[in-house]
Amino acid sequence: MLERVADRVKHRLKDWTLKMAGEGAETRIQAIARPENEYGVDPFGFNLDYALSAIAPLVWMYRHYFRVRTYGIEQVPPGRVLLIANHSGQLPWDGAMIGVAMLLEADPPRAIRSMIEKWAATLPYVSTFFSRVGQIVGTPENCRRLLEKDEAILVFPEGVRGITKLWPQRYQLQEFGLGFMRLALETKTPIVPVAVIGAEEQAPALLDIKPLARLLGMPAFPITPTGLPLPLPSRYHIHFGEPMRFSGRADDDDAELDKKVKQVKTTLQAMINEGLRERESVFF
Amino acid sequence: MVVTGISGNLGRTLAKLLHREERIIGIDRRPFPGKPKDIELHQLDLRKRKAEDVFRRSPIKAVIHMGIMHDPRMNEEEHHSFNVVGTTRILEYCAKYNVRKVVVLSSANVYGPSPDNSNFLTEDAPLMAASRFSGVRDLIEVDMLAHGFFWRHPQIQTVILRPVHIVGPNIKNAPSNYLRLKRPWVVAGFDPMVQLIHVEDAARAMVEALRPEARGVYNVTGPGEVPLSAIFRELGTTTLPVPGPLIRPALATLFKYRLASFPPGEIDHIQFLCMVDGSRWVKDVGWKPKYSMRETIRSVIGE
Repeated sequence: MLERVADRVKHRLKDWTLKMAGEGAETRIQAIARPENEYGVDPFGFNLDYALSAIAPLVWMYRHYFRVRTYGIEQVPPGRVLLIANHSGQLPWDGAMIGVAMLLEADPPRAIRSMIEKWAATLPYVSTFFSRVGQIVGTPENCRRLLEKDEAILVFPEGVRGITKLWPQRYQLQEFGLGFMRLALETKTPIVPVAVIGAEEQAPALLDIKPLARLLGMPAFPITPTGLPLPLPSRYHIHFGEPMRFSGRADDDDAELDKKVKQVKTTLQAMINEGLRERESVFF
Repeated sequence: MVVTGISGNLGRTLAKLLHREERIIGIDRRPFPGKPKDIELHQLDLRKRKAEDVFRRSPIKAVIHMGIMHDPRMNEEEHHSFNVVGTTRILEYCAKYNVRKVVVLSSANVYGPSPDNSNFLTEDAPLMAASRFSGVRDLIEVDMLAHGFFWRHPQIQTVILRPVHIVGPNIKNAPSNYLRLKRPWVVAGFDPMVQLIHVEDAARAMVEALRPEARGVYNVTGPGEVPLSAIFRELGTTTLPVPGPLIRPALATLFKYRLASFPPGEIDHIQFLCMVDGSRWVKDVGWKPKYSMRETIRSVIGE
């Protein structure tokens, strides 16, 4: 009985997603179904049917709340690719919006994977949701395996440092991890820098109550004007940059890798600055 | 060929696959009802000196060691002694009597479920199970004993198999028992991907391990991976979601008063990932399971 109700809700949500996605989206999106087993999941737990239902609210946010504009999405090359983006806004709406953009605006549509925090895997419902929509715990082994299968992977090299930063540090890239560069070199994967403008304003964090965060086992406990999890309706601008290709040895020491990572970081910071200059209004 | 633990479900399945081609000598404390006539069974404890007589009497070509017990109700000391001393002895005899091939049954459980796990663990992943769940410590020790043996005796072809959860109609291990429950508990909000292998496929893998190209440690996978919820849907079972903070203390209490047969440490398996990459095994022996995902799942209820 409960199962039947749940199935009907799922079906409705899926229809809603496809309606918002627009004309002809259904056939285009169905085409990206991965080789799945008889239970509709790929080996990592991604389930297209579930994903299309579960992302309906995200698509609505994309269309009507953040009113996302994308630029240069056609530059994302087919096959394996690492999307390297700035991370902000306390809750990973930026990741979700990049994901919806790649599904709705890219041609052909792509279901991207992002590398999520290990912490998320310990959260009830959240962990299941992430797994079914194709997001996985960010270990190097997982990333390598997916790149070898020619997937598009979203990485926020700033990680928690980026998303939890406070209002005065907005749009300033924090320290980058080196792991993504090692994997890019190892698997010969092009890197596409992605600048997200608008996510900083969704939840300006005034302070971070660290002891409370530690107590709750959370990465941060930010105080924002609206209170979490509700974001402000700032308009998102997502800029996709030109693919960057690097060559060299994946097992070089950190100093060598750091030079290459700096190149990506400089490019991304320039794109962010450019995007901020072009922006006319935060909310409209 | 010596097979330890031959009277268990997996052992009997293996014996039936192999007894026409090989002369099998079984060692087990338990009787083997319905034993094929051409199998010689020695009902004795591996730790006893008499076990050595089996090796002394006739040249042994290969040993398949499955004499590992896993019973959460058993006295810990006895449990440990049986598994670890038993394995040490059998490996000793293999070295002493020039056995060419040794196959040891371990399990993918040795890696241990954890929220930090990569989705697919390879053979070189650390064996973390003991840090969270002491019940599998014996298993890890057996695995490591066999591993040490593999490096110390390069002239012997040692194979250590780490199959995923073995299920089957008569299998009485924790995963099969759990899947057979009428109203099983699940951790509310968690639905990890799991891997299963049919008992007959597991037995076939043990036979494949006898081939000369198989050497070293292998993860052995079955027909793939599914969410736990999909298994219950296939079996038509309604589950009872219990909130995470409650489920361990509740199960610990029930286990203590013998109202449940699962120790609370097992909850990790229905909450976090513990999946393995079986590609090395596929590459080295051309492994292909015989049973489909659906057949494997339904085998739990005897179909």
